[in-house]
Amino acid sequence: MSAPTFLGLPTAPRGVGHLRGDEPFPVAARRALADTQLRRNLGKATRTIRAKRAAVVGELPDWEELRDAGQAIKAGAMAHLDRYLEQLEEQVTARGGVVHWARDANDANRIVVDLVRATGATEAVKVKSIVTDEIGLNDALAAAGITAHETDLAELIVQLGHDRPSHILVPAIHRNRAEIRDIFLREMGDVDPGLTDSPAALAEAARLHLRRQFLSAKVGISGANFAVAETGTLCVVESEGNGRMCLTLPDTLITVMGIEKILPSWDDLGVFLQLLPRSSTGERMNPYTSMWTGITPGDGPQQFHLVLLDNGRTAALADQTGRQALHCIRCSACLNVCPVYERVGGHAYGSVYPGPIGAVLSPMLTGVEDNASLPYASSLCGACYDACPVKIDIPSLLVHLRARHVDEVADSRRVPSPEAVTMAAASWVMASPARYEAAQRGGRAGRVLGRGGRIRRLPPPLSAWTSARDAPAPPAQTFRQWWRAEHGGTGPGVTQ
Amino acid sequence: MTARDEVLGRVRTALAGDDPGQGASPPGEAAGVAAPAYRTRGELDPPALLDLLAGRLVDYHSHVRRTGPGQLLDTVRAALAERRARRVVLPPGLDLPGLGQPAPGQAATLDGVQLITDGGLSAQELDQMDGVITRAAVAVAETGTIVLDAGPGQGRRALSLIPDYHLCLIEAAQVVALVPEAVARLRPDRPLTWISGPSATSDIELDRVEGVHGPRTLEVILIETGTG
Repeated sequence: MSAPTFLGLPTAPRGVGHLRGDEPFPVAARRALADTQLRRNLGKATRTIRAKRAAVVGELPDWEELRDAGQAIKAGAMAHLDRYLEQLEEQVTARGGVVHWARDANDANRIVVDLVRATGATEAVKVKSIVTDEIGLNDALAAAGITAHETDLAELIVQLGHDRPSHILVPAIHRNRAEIRDIFLREMGDVDPGLTDSPAALAEAARLHLRRQFLSAKVGISGANFAVAETGTLCVVESEGNGRMCLTLPDTLITVMGIEKILPSWDDLGVFLQLLPRSSTGERMNPYTSMWTGITPGDGPQQFHLVLLDNGRTAALADQTGRQALHCIRCSACLNVCPVYERVGGHAYGSVYPGPIGAVLSPMLTGVEDNASLPYASSLCGACYDACPVKIDIPSLLVHLRARHVDEVADSRRVPSPEAVTMAAASWVMASPARYEAAQRGGRAGRVLGRGGRIRRLPPPLSAWTSARDAPAPPAQTFRQWWRAEHGGTGPGVTQ
Repeated sequence: MTARDEVLGRVRTALAGDDPGQGASPPGEAAGVAAPAYRTRGELDPPALLDLLAGRLVDYHSHVRRTGPGQLLDTVRAALAERRARRVVLPPGLDLPGLGQPAPGQAATLDGVQLITDGGLSAQELDQMDGVITRAAVAVAETGTIVLDAGPGQGRRALSLIPDYHLCLIEAAQVVALVPEAVARLRPDRPLTWISGPSATSDIELDRVEGVHGPRTLEVILIETGTG
C-alpha cells in the first residue's frame, strides 16, 4: 500500500519497518504512565544523563559557536544534497567501495539481503543502528533465513527480550538491572546460572556471549553517524567496542545510512565530534570512534557496500520549514530533557524515533496522517530546542506539523482528528471578539465539571480533547469581565 | 528509472523551490569562508598540554605513565611487569629504543615477556595475546583521546582491538589541544580509530561499566622530550 505524498514525493511506505505505532500516542501514553517501574527507570536514567551532559557542555567556552556551526553545516549539506551525494558516491567508489541506492525500506532490505546471500553467510553481526531498525532489516533478514546478531549491549537486551527499543542512545532504558539479569538467564543459553545483577557482571556475560560471534563473523552490518562527501569517509561513534569488532573483523561490511547523514567536508568532523558525544552520553568523547574510507588492503573488510536510503527523507526535504528535522544527529539530548518523554518513555511514540525529535521526524518521514497524534505529544516547553546541538527548533516544527496536518485534512475532506477539530473551532471563535466573549461566558459553566482546578472529562465533542489531557477549569470571572469591573468600558483591545 | 536516478531526482525536486541566494556554497566553488567562530587552536604551552592530556586520560580511567625518551624501554618493562603480561603483540614498525624489533612472525623476549611482531595473526590468535603495544598518530588533550591511523608502529585495526590490554606510546609532539586540530592533522585515506579510555558501556541504568568488547585496560605512556 502506498503512503500519501508531500509535494508529490513519496513518504516511507506502510507495512514495513518501525516508523508507525499500532495505536495513537495518547492511548499508548496512558498505559505507559500506569507502569510505575518504567517511570522509575526512566526518571533515574534521564536525571543521570542530564547532569552529565550539563557538566561537559559547561566545560566548553565555545559551545554556542559550535552549535551555530553545526546548524550551518547541516543546512548547507541539505541545500546541496544532490551534489554531496554524488560526491560521496564518487569518493567511496574510487576507494573500492560499492554504493547502492534505496528508494525506501523495501529497496534497502532487498539490497542487504541479496548482499548477505551473495557471501554465502547465514549470520551477520550488527552495530547498533537506528536506521536498520527504521526499515525493519532484522525481520527481512530473518525471513531470508539470515540471523542478525545485535551486539550493542542495550540492543542485545532488546533483542533477547523480544522487545522494542525505547531510547535513541540507550534502547533498553526501560529495563532495570534485575529485569536484564532475568532476560540473560532465560535467553542466552551459555550463561552462568549464578549471574548477579551488577552491571559489571551483566556486561561480562555479554562479552563472553558475543566473543565467539565476533571472531568468526563473515558479515558486519552498520549504520553511520556521519559520511564525509569530500573524502568518502564513513564514521561510527560508539562506546563498547562492538562497533569496532563489526567494522573491522568481518570480510564484508554493509553500511546503511539515511541520505541526510552527509557532511560536506572533512573539517566538519571537528565540529560534530565535539557536539555529539557531549550531547549524547555526556562524555568529553565517547570511548571509540571509527572512520574508514572505502577499503584498506590488509586491514579490515575487503568488501564494503554503502546503501544510501531515502525512505521519506526527500519528502521531508521538500518541506522547507520542516527540513531542519533532517539535521538531527541522533544524540538524544532532547529526549532526556523532555518532561513528556521522561514520563511516558519511548514506546508510546510508536516509532524508532521517540521523544521530541521523533514527534517531528516520524510524521515527516511517514506523512503526518500516519503519525497524526505525535505533533501533539508535547507541551511546547522549549527544553528540547535549548538542548539540541544543531539548534533544531523542535517546538516550532511541532506547531508547523500541526498546521500542516489540519491543512492536509481540510484538503482531502477526511474526518479530521480531535485536535484538528478543536483548533479549527478555536480559530473560528477567536477570530471574533463577540464570539470569543460568548464562548468565555459559556466556558465558566465548566467550573461545575472541574475538581481541584482540573477538568478530566469535557462533554462531547470536546471530550476528544480531554481524552488525553486535563483542561484547566475556567476561573469565576473572565479577564474581560475583570477589566470592565476595574476600568469600565467594553474591555481591553475591543474598539468596535 | 534506476533507484539512483530516482532518489537524486527526488532530491532535486525537493530543492527546486529554494531561494538560490540561500544556503552554503556548493562543493567545489570558492566560498570565501570566514574563519570559524569556534576554537580551532589551543592556547596551552607544551607542558600544560601534557598535564591536561594526562589528567583527562586518568579521568576516564586510563592508566598513565610519564617518561623521557631515554627511559622508554624501562617504562614499558615496568608496565608489562605490573600487568603480568606473558605474550604481547607488536605492530610492524614498532621498534622500542634499545630493543629493536623482531621480524614479522618472530618474537623477542623482554624480562621473560614474549614480544611478537604481527605477521598476519588470525583473530583467534590475537585473542590468545595478553596485550598489544602501539604508537599513535595524534592525541587530543581536551578530550583525553588518542587516535591511531594504522601508520608505522600502529598496525591494522584488529591489533589494538582484540587483546585485552592496550599499551599506547605517545610523543609530546603528537599532542594537540582540541578536536579540530586533530582532525586537521589526520589523513582521511587511512582507517582511523579514536580511543578515549577503555571500552565502556552505560547501557544498564546509565551506570558506566568498563570493559565490554574492546581492551578492558588502556595504558598510555607519555614521552616528554627534554626530560630524558
